[in-house]
Amino acid sequence: MGKKLVSMTINGKKVEEAVEPRTLLVHFLREQLNLTGAHIGCETSHCGACTVDIDGQSVKSCTHLAIQCEDSEILTVEGLAQDGVLHAVQEGFYQEHGLQCGFCTPGMLVRSYRLLKENPNPTEEEIRVGISGNLCRCTGYQNIVKAVQYAAKKLQETAAA
Amino acid sequence: MNAPLQDREAALMGMGDSRLRKEDARFIQGKGNYVDDVKLPGMVFMDIVRSPLAHARIKAIHKEEALKIPGVLAVLTAEDLKPLKLHWMPTLAGDVAAVLADEKVHFQMQEVAVVVAENRYAAADGKEAVQVDYEELPVVIDPVQALTSEAPVLREDLASKTEGAHGPRNHPNEIFTWTAGDKEAADKAFESAQVTVKQDMMYPRVHPCPLETCGCVASFDPVRGDLTTYITSQAPHVVRTVVSMLSGIPESKVRIVSPDIGGGFGNKVGIYPGYVCAIVASIVLGRPVKWVEDRIENLSSTAFARDYHMSGELAATADGKIQGLRVDVVADHGAFDACADPTKFPAGLFHICSGSYDIPAAHCSVKGVYTNKAPGGVAYRCSFRVTEAVYLIERMVDVLAQKLDMDKAEIREKNFIRKEQFPYTSAFGFEYDSGDYHTALKQVLDAVDYKGLRAEQAAKRADPNSPTLMGIGLVTFTEIVGAGPSKICDILGIGMFDSCEIRVDPTGSAIARMGTISQGQGHQTTYAQIIATELGIPSEVIQVEEGDTNTAPYGLGTYGSRSTPVAGAAIAMASRKIHAKAKKIAASLLEVGEDDLEWEVDRFKVRGNDDKFKTMKDISWAAYHQPPEGLEPGLEAVHYYDPPNFTFPFGIYLAVVDIDRATGETKIRRFYALDDCGTRINPMIIEGQIHGGLTEGFAVAMGQLLSFDAQGNIQGNSLMDYFLPTAVETPHWETDYTVTPSPHHPIGAKGVAESPHVGSIPTFTAAMVDAFAHVGVTHVDMPHTAFRTWKELKKHNLNLN
Repeated sequence: MGKKLVSMTINGKKVEEAVEPRTLLVHFLREQLNLTGAHIGCETSHCGACTVDIDGQSVKSCTHLAIQCEDSEILTVEGLAQDGVLHAVQEGFYQEHGLQCGFCTPGMLVRSYRLLKENPNPTEEEIRVGISGNLCRCTGYQNIVKAVQYAAKKLQETAAA
Repeated sequence: MNAPLQDREAALMGMGDSRLRKEDARFIQGKGNYVDDVKLPGMVFMDIVRSPLAHARIKAIHKEEALKIPGVLAVLTAEDLKPLKLHWMPTLAGDVAAVLADEKVHFQMQEVAVVVAENRYAAADGKEAVQVDYEELPVVIDPVQALTSEAPVLREDLASKTEGAHGPRNHPNEIFTWTAGDKEAADKAFESAQVTVKQDMMYPRVHPCPLETCGCVASFDPVRGDLTTYITSQAPHVVRTVVSMLSGIPESKVRIVSPDIGGGFGNKVGIYPGYVCAIVASIVLGRPVKWVEDRIENLSSTAFARDYHMSGELAATADGKIQGLRVDVVADHGAFDACADPTKFPAGLFHICSGSYDIPAAHCSVKGVYTNKAPGGVAYRCSFRVTEAVYLIERMVDVLAQKLDMDKAEIREKNFIRKEQFPYTSAFGFEYDSGDYHTALKQVLDAVDYKGLRAEQAAKRADPNSPTLMGIGLVTFTEIVGAGPSKICDILGIGMFDSCEIRVDPTGSAIARMGTISQGQGHQTTYAQIIATELGIPSEVIQVEEGDTNTAPYGLGTYGSRSTPVAGAAIAMASRKIHAKAKKIAASLLEVGEDDLEWEVDRFKVRGNDDKFKTMKDISWAAYHQPPEGLEPGLEAVHYYDPPNFTFPFGIYLAVVDIDRATGETKIRRFYALDDCGTRINPMIIEGQIHGGLTEGFAVAMGQLLSFDAQGNIQGNSLMDYFLPTAVETPHWETDYTVTPSPHHPIGAKGVAESPHVGSIPTFTAAMVDAFAHVGVTHVDMPHTAFRTWKELKKHNLNLN
């Protein structure tokens, strides 16, 4: 099958690659770019393990084509930490025991990152609704909620400082 | 060096410390290494052609079109595996299972052929192009029907066998009939009983559904003749043994690696056709082969759980003292008996079904049956059918309470095994190690104001216009975990011990290698804490490794809450061997006798003299630098721990539900979970495990179901339909605990991760039934979806418009 050239920015770096038009974004990231943070859990957009951020929106990369991302700005879990410093959501998940097997975690983190941009001070209810596109089989979500609250607090403190 | 004692203790981050997890750094940065992340040079991909029919004869398989597709390298069928004798494989339950369908398919989505291609897209194209001609056969999906005289023979390969792995087969579709307890004594209890109750209940077929599906990367090196396989396995050493037996490759040349595992919950115990085919394909092609199932394949073909048609009976005195228990089960095992149970127990540890109660006479019978459904019957976050057993007895106690018009807490208090009866031998012959059920029950009833809740419920029942029905579910369960003593527990003949190897380095850090494998339980964190406390080495400098059979000592793996009860004990025992040697070294260094030394947190000191001591760090250096005469250098130990008994964690759970009388929707108002897992190693991790187990229990009770139509088509095998709760539906969990250590475990720990799953499921059902108890309802089968609950409301004229 003929390949097509796509270019996009991923985690702040310009990427130009040839892909089969049918290549799913998650396979492009994982297999072509070796960014294996986003995981494949269902291939039907239900579980959210493959969530990445595209142009300011949380997107499930298992049902999104790589060629749909022409000129897009993409953020994956690998791009959350800056200069070796963890992002507040990463720190929150660590401090509040918001993960166990870790498989849903990259998607949860990227979704939480966007959620806190959309709503910097969410209630518990808003967090639960906000992450409801991401499934976790291990934690029962209670500590994930706490992790997002931790991050919200930290981000607000940083912004106020 | 003479920091205050408590500072030295805190610095170790040993047992009891809510130490943050060592695993997290990689997971929160997208640097985990799961099977699908493994990428080897020259790696190709495998996909599986599956049967659209549940029962059919294969007339022909046409590979030609598939082989024409660019990138497709090979198509393998049973015919190709036959010369290698790999078209069938042994199961863990003493049966055989088809690797690729041999002349006949036995369930929908069964593996029929595999396509290997240069990339996963070409493999998928190839799969679509393989054509299979089938001749349809009559389908049996109901195990009771399967035992009738008109039922077609499902397993033609066994048709002439009147004897199975677990005794006689009285029908071609019968796998085994297994019994436990004393039938005569139980029957006698029923004959003389003042009160008896009987209840049928269906524990539906569900699936563990970890977020990561099953898969592997098999890499056979044709030059060196060795095989490395990265695999989603909860038991890598067992896989190695089986692979060696099947392939003929010496076990020492087979390396199985379970890397990071994205949840298991029992789904990743078995050995699946996909693994075997990927290994064969790698041997045939001389290239690494990756196979990862998709979610629909996962829910349809790899290891379901439950599917028990149960009937329970209790005999009791008029004032509610239980005298006898009888249980009869028809177990749907699907097309092959591929349950993952210890060899001698075809129904696992189901005979724990006398629960937390002192029942003098009991008997149970479980009949395993073949149907045209996927094989499996794994312990979904539980220990070998304990979930089914706990569900049965907890339901039955409620049914009896309702018959006697007794309070559901009171009947339990009356029948509990009392604290002073431990160690307690049950009518089924288990020796319960320790427990204090009365204290725990009181703690829960006080915490939730049980009397107040019952008063509120009475008021709601008295009000015909109440918009909700209120139900209170109370469950007081005992688990049996930590399989198990090798004299009675084995997998394929290998005793269910587990192992630990610890090496202390010259500079005082340590590495521990284990026979288990974490799938999210946090072993790297908690195992180090046991060593820290036992050996006075800080957790932070202890590396824990698992999952690579080339480096880890042989172990039976992680399932059935066995890691802490068995491997945790192995760690303590290996540590104690090192401790003993360290003491000799310290005595030599301090020029005193061993008897003059005492252990204090991280050092040996001369008795009563705080200034004369050698720390573990000093001792570690000396072990390599100047070991005492007659002692070999080095500081390491291996221990294989064969547990003397199981452990018996218990819990008291209480749920309050409010059912909307107009819609049947249920709100979990409150869920209070008290767990007693003995000694607590890391409270933070325990709490996390309990949250997770409760949420999985919530999913099973309220929505999970794998159902089939009459043609054997599986219904709802994607996450569109199969219920995995989101953060929105998931209730808020309240947790509590008591500590009753196990007397036979070196550190008194019992295991915890499965209790919340086992205990919560009957709690939800109990609460749902309790909401209807005032109109005489004694049982409602799961799942308690809004629609089914609404139908129940309608049935009893309780629905509001």
